[in-house]
Order: sequence, then C-alpha cells, then structure tokens
Amino acid sequence: MREIFITEHKLDAKACTEAITYPGAGGIVVFVGTVRDQTKGKTVKHLEFEAYEPMALKEMKKIADYATKHWSLHQMVIHHRTGLVQIEEEAVVIACSSAHRKEAFEACQYAIDTLKETVPIWKKEVFEDGEVWVSAHP
Amino acid sequence: MDITVTAFGIAKDIIKNKEVIISLPSDRSVGALRSLLSNKYPEFEKLASLKFAVNADYVEDGHELKAGDEVVLIPPVSGG
Repeated sequence: MREIFITEHKLDAKACTEAITYPGAGGIVVFVGTVRDQTKGKTVKHLEFEAYEPMALKEMKKIADYATKHWSLHQMVIHHRTGLVQIEEEAVVIACSSAHRKEAFEACQYAIDTLKETVPIWKKEVFEDGEVWVSAHP
Repeated sequence: MDITVTAFGIAKDIIKNKEVIISLPSDRSVGALRSLLSNKYPEFEKLASLKFAVNADYVEDGHELKAGDEVVLIPPVSGG
C-alpha cells in the first residue's frame, strides 16, 4: 500500500502511522517535518508552501515506488502540506513499515532527502519584516 | 513558435506573473528558451539553479520543445 497526497489541510502523523501498521510489521519509521520558529536567529511567523501539484505527486510517487521496491517495504505514506502552515504544525509526514527496522529507517531517510531535492514544492519563510523563498539563492 | 511558460515560487516573483509567453525562433530547445528568459529577466542568473519541466517531467537543455507542451520553470525546490 502506498498513499501519496498533497493537501491544504492539517496533516495527521498519528493517522499516517495507523495507516501503515500491519501484522507483519517489525518496524515503523515516521518522519514528521515541522515548522520551526527560528531561521538564523530570525523569528519566523509562519511558512507558505506552494506546489506544482501534478508533477510533485508524480515525483513523490517515484520516491515511494523506488523505496518500496529497494527496501522491500510493506507500506509507505507521503503526505505534504501546502498553503499557510503555522509554527509547530506538520509540513510533511513520511511513514514506512517493514518486517525489520533497518529497511524502514533507510527508506524513510532516502524519501525525505530525495523529496527535498526533486519534488517541485517551494517554501517561503515569512518574518515580521519580510519574506524569503528558502534555498533560492546560493 | 510561442511557448507559454508557467512559474512557481521565486520564479513567479521574478516574472511578476504566473505565466509568460515567449516566442522561440528556429532553435526550439529548452536551452534557447533559458537564454531568452535570462536576457529578459536577469534575476534568474542569481538563483542557485533553474530547471525546466515539460509535461511534468524534468528535461535537459537539449530537449526540443513542441507546440502545446506544458513548460514550467523550477527554481530551487524547498519542500519538506
């Protein structure tokens, strides 16, 4: 089972965990990317995420397909939030389950690292005195 | 051939619009489109990277564009 989606609504890491639980699971690894209130000493008010959705879903599916096959995962969920996301809220949830923990850890790490490199989603940090698109400039 | 280019993130701020129509001369490669965009909007040169997607897949500069292609500018992504 794989479940990939992008939503403007709040994510639910607990529901993701429950979705991938199965009797043969020996390990479940869940990565939750949350919104931090500081960047380089500046106070962040909130984040705004924008996605090129058809392609983002396609790239997320590629990640899930590769990870599921390479690490023989039983199930995988990747949920990403768009729009305005408040401090402490979940921006991304990746959950993997497999018979043994090693595969689930490695697959989850691969998935978040690759998502940050290839999936066309953009994050804007909004401060009291301005805003900046993250990673845009060297 | 006129190509409609869609922009996201900082690329949208740079072209000050969601879309821009660019007329490609005889060279219909993505590289030619990149040069035309950089001339029109020098701010693109300052980005850490600028990729192109055609019909929702990443393409290289040598890729030949066709009429009706969905062309999207992909500035450095920052999901997660």
